[in-house]
Amino acid sequence: MTDVTLSPGKAVAAVKRPTGASIGPRWSNALFVAPYLVFYVVLLVYPLFKGIWMSMLESDMFDNTSKFAGLANYHRLFNDKIFIGTVWNTVWFVVMTVPVFVAIGLLLALALNSSDRTAAALRAIFFGTSVLSVTIVTIIWKMMYMPGNGAIASIFKLFGLQPVAFITSSSLALVAIAICTIWWIIGLPMMLFLAALQQIPGELYEAAALDNASRWRSFWSITLPSIKRTLLVVVIYEIVAQFQLFGQAQLLTQGGPNNASRPIVQFIYEQGFRSWNLGYAAAASEILFLIMAVAALAQFFVSRKRVEE
Amino acid sequence: MAASEHIVGRGIGNKLILFTVVLVAVIWMLPIAWTLLLSFKPNSELMISTASAFRAPYTLKNYTDIFQSSGVFRWLWNSAVVSVGVTVGILVLSSLAGYGFARAEFKGRDIIFVLVLLGLAVPEQAVIIARHQMFSDLKMHNTYPAIILPGLSSAFGVFLMTQYFKAIPKDIDEAAMLDNASRFKIFWKVLLPLTIPAQATLGIFSFLGAWNDYLWPLISATKPEMFTITVGIASTQTNFAQSEGLGFLMAQAIFAGLPVFVVYLFFQKYIVRAVAGAAIS
Repeated sequence: MTDVTLSPGKAVAAVKRPTGASIGPRWSNALFVAPYLVFYVVLLVYPLFKGIWMSMLESDMFDNTSKFAGLANYHRLFNDKIFIGTVWNTVWFVVMTVPVFVAIGLLLALALNSSDRTAAALRAIFFGTSVLSVTIVTIIWKMMYMPGNGAIASIFKLFGLQPVAFITSSSLALVAIAICTIWWIIGLPMMLFLAALQQIPGELYEAAALDNASRWRSFWSITLPSIKRTLLVVVIYEIVAQFQLFGQAQLLTQGGPNNASRPIVQFIYEQGFRSWNLGYAAAASEILFLIMAVAALAQFFVSRKRVEE
Repeated sequence: MAASEHIVGRGIGNKLILFTVVLVAVIWMLPIAWTLLLSFKPNSELMISTASAFRAPYTLKNYTDIFQSSGVFRWLWNSAVVSVGVTVGILVLSSLAGYGFARAEFKGRDIIFVLVLLGLAVPEQAVIIARHQMFSDLKMHNTYPAIILPGLSSAFGVFLMTQYFKAIPKDIDEAAMLDNASRFKIFWKVLLPLTIPAQATLGIFSFLGAWNDYLWPLISATKPEMFTITVGIASTQTNFAQSEGLGFLMAQAIFAGLPVFVVYLFFQKYIVRAVAGAAIS
């Protein structure tokens, strides 16, 4: 810490000296935020609006030009069975994973909310998989799901069961991706819940213990009400995150079989960067943005109402 | 912590809970343990049956093969350059902006801050096509700046650092101001050293995020020599089902996972604190 003397005489002199910092608004203070704002405007705000504009262009592959087409791309999307399929796949994936993230995340947090070493080691295990990249996770899970020779198939055989072809079955491919995703990133909701649990004052539980309240009772009447806000944060965060499913699907099942596990982002990626229908892909990305915003906002307002009641 | 002891710390059922969680943890580790085991097996044996993993012979050949395939070290280097670039960039920009939003007043600051926070709601997919087009127009794809720069527009770090600077007692910098120091000097000499814990957490997050980023590098880097390790390893996964080279693939997964795993082990405390801190703010 710098050694500062607070003699009033010196203070007056300091404010008057032009080299020193003055208290109060000053345009030069904006220089602190300016560097970030350049990146923000150029690489986020501008592409956001440019993307909306691009979604209304029809590009011509042959002479590399594009013309304004209004909502034609959107109209085409709503009639594109593959796109509609990707929307349902993504929604189904969100519906499958978000409740599990919340439930298992909370259960693990409750069980591991302790300062002893065992709990710390177990927390490290459950969070540890989250630091792996999607590429590594999918290599591991492809090996797990491999028909015939895979780990899960071997376990099935061990118990005399017919191995289930997870990633090649159109009804199970998304489930397989969901299992792999939960294994991968359960750590984050767990940690968020742990942080919330540690904010609950211990006296509340002491009072409950004096009342001889059961574990179950104190969970419903103390724990749950105390972590309401985190619960909402986790739900909204997971909804937004799981709508962005891409790498697991692209690497584990390639969206197959028969588009059964193709999510919206993979559709955007393939239309945009494999088929180079940039306008079409941009329109799909705006729809994804809209669905995510609506889902998150709906969850926010529903929970808010419940909190107020 | 004391609070929790009352839930977990009650005698009945405690052991059962612990037992269940340990069991789940073992199941959680199985895929990685199995991967590790397979990575030490000759590919020819695995082609017949993966059950051979439980018996000798074991080999290091899969790992030595990685060192001989030319791409991997280049990809690791690319990942290091990109991740360090993103991390340094985010730390510098977020610290400056965080101080600015928390302390340095100027006209319109609060409105701008709200606008920046709105940026947190914009998913990458909503901007990625236009971004790709921008970098195409500048003929910048397959360069480090193209892979690094988009990451610097994230509002998360700015939000985190603003919260952190706001939490520092104002007397500290006001005292320095009376001592006739310039704004930048106060930021640099007085306040910045106090934010080191936040720098550490934001830095680790940014590093891991950049290292593991998949979609943008996949789109921007199309030449194999510009792949990051995440994209590079993905590019080798295509003919997996034949299970030829299964052990080699497993070795790749372990090898590519090692750097982040080491970072995780070393900085685990910070990572946990970062998640907790971000949750509370």
